[in-house]
Amino acid sequence: MIFSSISDFVDMGHHGLFVWSAYGICFLVLSINVAAPILARKRYLQQEARRLRRETEK
Amino acid sequence: MAFQWFYRLGSPKWFYELSGRFLPWLSGLTVLLVISGVVWGLAFAPPDYQQGNSFRIMYVHVPAAMLAQSCYVMLAICGVVRLVWKIKLADVVLQCAAPVGAWMTAVALVTGAIWGKPTWGSWWVWDARLTSMLILLFLYFGIIALGSAITNRNSAAQACAILAIVGVINIPIIKYSVEWWNTLHQSASFSLTEKPAMPADMWLPLLLTMLGFYCFFGAVLLLRIRLELLKRESRTSWVQSEILKSHLAGYPRG
Repeated sequence: MIFSSISDFVDMGHHGLFVWSAYGICFLVLSINVAAPILARKRYLQQEARRLRRETEK
Repeated sequence: MAFQWFYRLGSPKWFYELSGRFLPWLSGLTVLLVISGVVWGLAFAPPDYQQGNSFRIMYVHVPAAMLAQSCYVMLAICGVVRLVWKIKLADVVLQCAAPVGAWMTAVALVTGAIWGKPTWGSWWVWDARLTSMLILLFLYFGIIALGSAITNRNSAAQACAILAIVGVINIPIIKYSVEWWNTLHQSASFSLTEKPAMPADMWLPLLLTMLGFYCFFGAVLLLRIRLELLKRESRTSWVQSEILKSHLAGYPRG
């Protein structure tokens, strides 16, 4: 590691707030992009399975 | 005969099955590349001699910006394929990729602003690179809005394809903006023809996160396309068996 301590690493040479907020925002957006289609798929499959069952029961 | 694979790409069932086999590998590769690149970039790359540690924002800013532009070029290619060969899958890809590209443009703009503050002393300047990137974001918004505003699937696909193709003129403007105009934005850190001016400890992590972001894009795009295909083909037997299969696997019926 290039930093001498963990607090040094967090501080990022007094640029900590900038660096960590940039990374935080970036990873938040990445996770939103991954989670959205997975959740939508789950919802859609549930809803379609219900519809299929309803149609076969008729 | 030689183009058979090209037309088979237009078969939703075939695409769905093939992408299902790729997806786990692509996801694993994404996690591996992004995490190793970010850890290396944050903790092990040497600090920049001028910017100190704030330059570490580069490891997410540059990949996001490159992805945002590549994604737009891909939209334009999809637009051409849709208009020329009338392959419906091209429209599906276009519609699914546009929101991801818009998100990446937003990430590039926001992380750029955060990087700009300690480096230039300002969050935002109306400079050629930043302005053309903002235009890219609006082009993405335009495509997303067009795609959802027009109810007729065919006309929506055509309108989006044309907007994507026309808007691609913005991409070389973004790329060369730092050379054509006087700008605060630094010039490209990477080029295909020259050795990077940075030490390897600095650019290797950037290469890792860049590849990682491309894999991320591929994986998310596949997830979105697969869902869209299920929706569009919901009346076919292969989709119905897929629904029953996943339902039985995930939620046992009492």
